[in-house]
Amino acid sequence: MARTILPFGPQHPVLPEPLHLKLTIEDETVVEALPTLGYVHRGLEKLCEVRDFNQMIQIVERVCGICSCLHALCYCEGVEQIMGVEVPRRAKYLRTIWGELHRVHSHLLWLGLFADAFGFESLFMQFWRVRERIMDIMEATCGNRVVVSVNVIGGVRRDLTPEQCKWIEEQVAIAEKEIRQLSSTILNDYTVKKRCCGKGVLTKDQAYQLGAVGPMLRGSGWAQDARQTGYAAFGELGFEPIVEYDGDSYARSAVRFRETLQSLDIVRLAIARLPEGEIASKVKGKPQGETVTRVEQPRGELMYYLKADGSKHMDRVRIRTPTFANIPPLLAMLPGCELADVPVIVLSIDPCISCTER
Amino acid sequence: MLETIPLSLDQVAAVAKECFDDGWRQVTMSAVDCGEAGFEIFYHYDKDLVMRHYRLSIPKETVVPSISPVYFCALLIENEIRDQFGICFSDIVLDFGGALYLEAEVRAMPFCKVSVAEKQS
Amino acid sequence: MLGNLINQGRIKSPWVVHFDCGSCNGCDIEVLACLTPLYDIERFGILNIGNPKHADVLLVTGTVNQRNKHVLKNIYDQMPTPKAVIAIGACGCSGGVFREAYNVVGGVDKVIPVDVYVPGCPARPEAIIDGVVAALEKVKKLLGMTA
Repeated sequence: MARTILPFGPQHPVLPEPLHLKLTIEDETVVEALPTLGYVHRGLEKLCEVRDFNQMIQIVERVCGICSCLHALCYCEGVEQIMGVEVPRRAKYLRTIWGELHRVHSHLLWLGLFADAFGFESLFMQFWRVRERIMDIMEATCGNRVVVSVNVIGGVRRDLTPEQCKWIEEQVAIAEKEIRQLSSTILNDYTVKKRCCGKGVLTKDQAYQLGAVGPMLRGSGWAQDARQTGYAAFGELGFEPIVEYDGDSYARSAVRFRETLQSLDIVRLAIARLPEGEIASKVKGKPQGETVTRVEQPRGELMYYLKADGSKHMDRVRIRTPTFANIPPLLAMLPGCELADVPVIVLSIDPCISCTER
Repeated sequence: MLETIPLSLDQVAAVAKECFDDGWRQVTMSAVDCGEAGFEIFYHYDKDLVMRHYRLSIPKETVVPSISPVYFCALLIENEIRDQFGICFSDIVLDFGGALYLEAEVRAMPFCKVSVAEKQS
Repeated sequence: MLGNLINQGRIKSPWVVHFDCGSCNGCDIEVLACLTPLYDIERFGILNIGNPKHADVLLVTGTVNQRNKHVLKNIYDQMPTPKAVIAIGACGCSGGVFREAYNVVGGVDKVIPVDVYVPGCPARPEAIIDGVVAALEKVKKLLGMTA
């Protein structure tokens, strides 16, 4: 049969970001998919040579605006490990609260975009309406809606007052109620299931061998989550990953939906157990040494390799972002699918191209 | 601090195969420019949330055997290192030839402290 | 007469196309947040559209790099005149925190003419809506509709 090459992106209505896929199609079936990256590549790992190790926090936060808090958290934990800084317990809990709020807003954002990808615009609007509640919490507690710059080396920059904690608990309760109202639509609706079930299947072995991370890995039946390693306050709060077994787009959206509710629970638990005390410890000297740190971003496991040589600039900041690891599984999922399912499958990995290319 | 296992150039593919068969997930590879001493490439693997790091030290202008025939997911990482450091890998499954991120006009191996002449593998 | 009618329509209901040009996503999601119930940009008749050939206003977020500058130019050229370009966020205006990175060309105005600059890192949805309204004033002037 004759083959056609179809460009998908870089400017495409379902993609908020530029990713280019060269799809070879036979009739309506995709035979091969080749990615072209580099539309968002800025080279910000290299900026560690012009910015000192404190200023790098602002840079790594802008690796990705959606999960900025967790990038900063990962970087700060790395530098703290190198310098041997002990972070106060209260700061650890506060980091957890903001980190999990970030996950909630990112998952709601994705659930909306995913609904939009299969043409369910009112569901997109509903999810984003709930998300604004979380954005309000961020703005009230940190001063900015998206880039929440609270992490510093040694702790956090801002504290929560008891009134704020109470208000957050109220808002979280309302948000949870509103999210639960949407559960029957995203999880049980006939049309939604028709578009998601059995699309973009990644088997358990494939997912592991191709290096998938985050909801991709958990949607395929692996109970792996970097939060189990106990960074921030997870060591004290305890954590059980959410797992689905089908490995298709539906399983991934179910993982993310359930994680949203789970994260709201973690926020409440962390607020309830919030210890008293300092929010940042004094940091002296300059880092020297190397380390690897991992945190769980909304999209999956994020890894930083940091090397410092005792000067005020880091020697090397290597960032392995989750979408970078999820692109090879995407390339394995696309061949064999129908052209109309490509947007759904691409969206189901929760692509964050600015993370991928940095 | 960071516990690493030293690795020599001829072990790269064999160790990757061993890890693959043993059920380790490839996390990533990190390249570092060590100035005069050449490059260091770290191979990070993970199994049940325990990480293992292999450290490969190579002089500049060495061609490294690719592990992408074993771990398909390494292809993007190796292409990225090729872009940024100019380290060539032999037999990558999908070779972008140093153009994964960069257009021809900025092809200058930006992450190198001392730039090396581009070499075809 | 007919031209007048079309111009009225352009001003009352501008269609925007959004292109992410190497931003960190912060501004992109704020552009999208403009569409959603809390900010609801559609009450001004503004509609987000996927095709640059249908659009009147181009929203660009993020820095321009060596590879996407061709794409940006291409999208700009495909838009019918009169058109307005809005650079959103510190990166779109000047390069922002990334201006020293090796693959970054700079702000959007290095490649295409920009009519309105919306500052902020990321720009707030209110500021983005303000920017679109300011751009429409410019288009009005261009069409000779200063009423």
